Amino acid sequence: MRVSTLPNESTVATANVRTASVAEIPLTTAVGGAVEYDEQITKYFLGGAIVFGVVGMLVGVIIALQIAWWPANLGLPWTTFGRLRPLHTNAVIFAFGGNIVFTAIYYSMQRLLKVRMWSDALSRFHFWGWQAIIVAAAVSLPLGLTQGKEYAELIWPIDLAIAVVWVAFAINFFMTILNRRVQHMYVAIWFYMSFVIVIPVLHIVNSLAMPATLGRSYPIYSGLTDGLVQWWYGHNAVGFFLTTPFLGLMYYFMPRAAERPVFSYRLSIIHFWALIFLYIWAGPHHLLYSALPEWSQTLGMIFSIMLIAPSWGGMLNGLLTMKGAWHRVRTDPVLKFFVVAVSFYGMSTFEGPMMSIRAVNLLSHYTNWTIGHVHSGALGWVGMVSFGMIYWLVPKLYKTEWAKPGWATTHFWLGTIGIVLYTVSMWAAGLTEGLQWRAIDSEGQLTYPSFVNIVEQLQVFYWLRLVGGTMFLVGIVMLLINYIATVRGAAAPAPTARRAAVAA
Amino acid sequence: MSDDNNAPYYWHRKLEGNLGLFAVLTTIVILIGALVEIIPMFTVTAGPQQLAGVTPYTPLEQAGRDIYVREGCYTCHSQMVRPTRAELLRYGDWSRAGEFEYEHPFQLGSRRLGPDLHRVGGKYPDAWHYEHMRNPRSTSPGSVMPTYGWLYTQSIDAADVQASIKALRAVGVPYTDADVAGVPEQIKTQGGEIVQKLASQGIKASPDHEIIAMIAYLQKLGVQGRAAIKAQTAAQPASAQ
Repeated sequence: MRVSTLPNESTVATANVRTASVAEIPLTTAVGGAVEYDEQITKYFLGGAIVFGVVGMLVGVIIALQIAWWPANLGLPWTTFGRLRPLHTNAVIFAFGGNIVFTAIYYSMQRLLKVRMWSDALSRFHFWGWQAIIVAAAVSLPLGLTQGKEYAELIWPIDLAIAVVWVAFAINFFMTILNRRVQHMYVAIWFYMSFVIVIPVLHIVNSLAMPATLGRSYPIYSGLTDGLVQWWYGHNAVGFFLTTPFLGLMYYFMPRAAERPVFSYRLSIIHFWALIFLYIWAGPHHLLYSALPEWSQTLGMIFSIMLIAPSWGGMLNGLLTMKGAWHRVRTDPVLKFFVVAVSFYGMSTFEGPMMSIRAVNLLSHYTNWTIGHVHSGALGWVGMVSFGMIYWLVPKLYKTEWAKPGWATTHFWLGTIGIVLYTVSMWAAGLTEGLQWRAIDSEGQLTYPSFVNIVEQLQVFYWLRLVGGTMFLVGIVMLLINYIATVRGAAAPAPTARRAAVAA
Repeated sequence: MSDDNNAPYYWHRKLEGNLGLFAVLTTIVILIGALVEIIPMFTVTAGPQQLAGVTPYTPLEQAGRDIYVREGCYTCHSQMVRPTRAELLRYGDWSRAGEFEYEHPFQLGSRRLGPDLHRVGGKYPDAWHYEHMRNPRSTSPGSVMPTYGWLYTQSIDAADVQASIKALRAVGVPYTDADVAGVPEQIKTQGGEIVQKLASQGIKASPDHEIIAMIAYLQKLGVQGRAAIKAQTAAQPASAQ
């Protein structure tokens, strides 16, 4: 039986920590010669992730300001909320989230499979193609070119480009696995694979449309059917773009950073299959109490509630991997980010199923509560786990130390406090408006008949949210500055040599 | 640790060594839920029910709807009234599936930063909308909605609308050849009526401007559904007796 020790880099030595198990990241036994990994492609995607993360979150702060203070819409077509909001969501999900996931995949899969990516050309095509799509999105969305479906706003020519780039990526991905020099695929690869397979299925089915002009098309589905297909897509964008590949990321980078093996191999098997099976059903919970057929709403609700189990399986496997490394959380910012990220994953995957219970949804739907929920997942889980990976990865990738090592901890606290301010203010706003919308007085009439009066009461929460969001943005800007300084430092001659030159 | 005995999971170890099988299994596992939920939506019995009396948008209304989509109105306004007493009082009758039959794409929305709009048709006069879109605070003090000044300078292009109507026909909206050919005429006629109504309120507007299409669209929202529901409920007690 092949058992494994933690891989390659000598920093990790777990073989003597405990009996090695199959849950560990694979090893060196199958390798018959030196492999030169493609590090450049990882660096490309990493740079893209940080830059577009700043852009996407900046747009988020701008639209948060627009809600608190309407003149910030500037009275121009391309700067109004309705056009910038899709830009924000697409930028943070596909530009930031996408580039993060690709960074993780290109770095870890080469090591997990002990082989260089199958084709450097396809890797580059993937990188430049994806960045071109991001730029096309950043231009087209403010121009009002949209399909009008959430997280699927991009117009049909860009949709086609996404499909082409994805096929190139998938070929490279699967060929690399076929070429592997280890026998088994580690758990991170399973999660990546579900991402590579499911995203094009969702994207293609949801984007089927008849073009009217270059910038406008109409979906082949109508009404509630279009709604169902869209939310099947939309919720699985959460499931298979913002969850499974990030769990793959967690399964590689968290054990590496903690220098501990994954807690349970069995748990990873069970929660993987259960998660991908259940997630795909959850979409209709976005349409509860709508005219969507009852059976569909009920399926959506039931499967959403069941999702707690595999989600928490992942959370527990992550947190328990920290066993024996908890003392290091105090000093290591990487582990701080990971632990908080996995905790937020647990919280938001509890909150989500609760919100998909019809009675709760009746209160929470259409309110800021949903916005708070999304951001506890997006900032708390996706954001923090990404930052954890970056702070661990950059020194390895550039064979140097962070230029400003103390900033990581500052970033961590700014981010954490920012998220708390964000979610708490949105919960409060959501409950306020949700309760006031439906309050009925003793006469049987609406207690708060004026909608706009309710809106006015939310202002204080909107400002508070803006503060929280700005803190999170400042955190990632610090990361960007730190990253640039570090990369420049790595490229420049060694500091001792420079100092010697100055002295001379 | 619980992992020391891996024997019961040997079957999975085999799977981990077989890329093709793993990928196929993953695909099957995710397709089950997808197919079970999506396919019945296309059947008459399990899918959305039709509602008699609901007709496709006129070209001018569709042009307005395209502007609604372009401006991302769905990011703040829902178009789906839920079946509760509070929503009945605030917005009107709950939304029926058949009312969305000709909606490509659907615009149910997910957020009420502003109020639901599914029953907004006929709620306010045209002049209200005309003022509201230019300066929301003139009609709704305290509103956080942006201003939409460019709708009063940008014009609708009939050929563009025609292309839309053709594409919508291709995805199943029952427009006739005459409907497609008559797009420019229809825009002129319906636009003219709105301009006249505005004129009676002392507002001088141009029939080509996008705001006219927007008003046409908003005034259509939920109106036919409301009438159809009224007719249905009126017919029901009679048939029961």
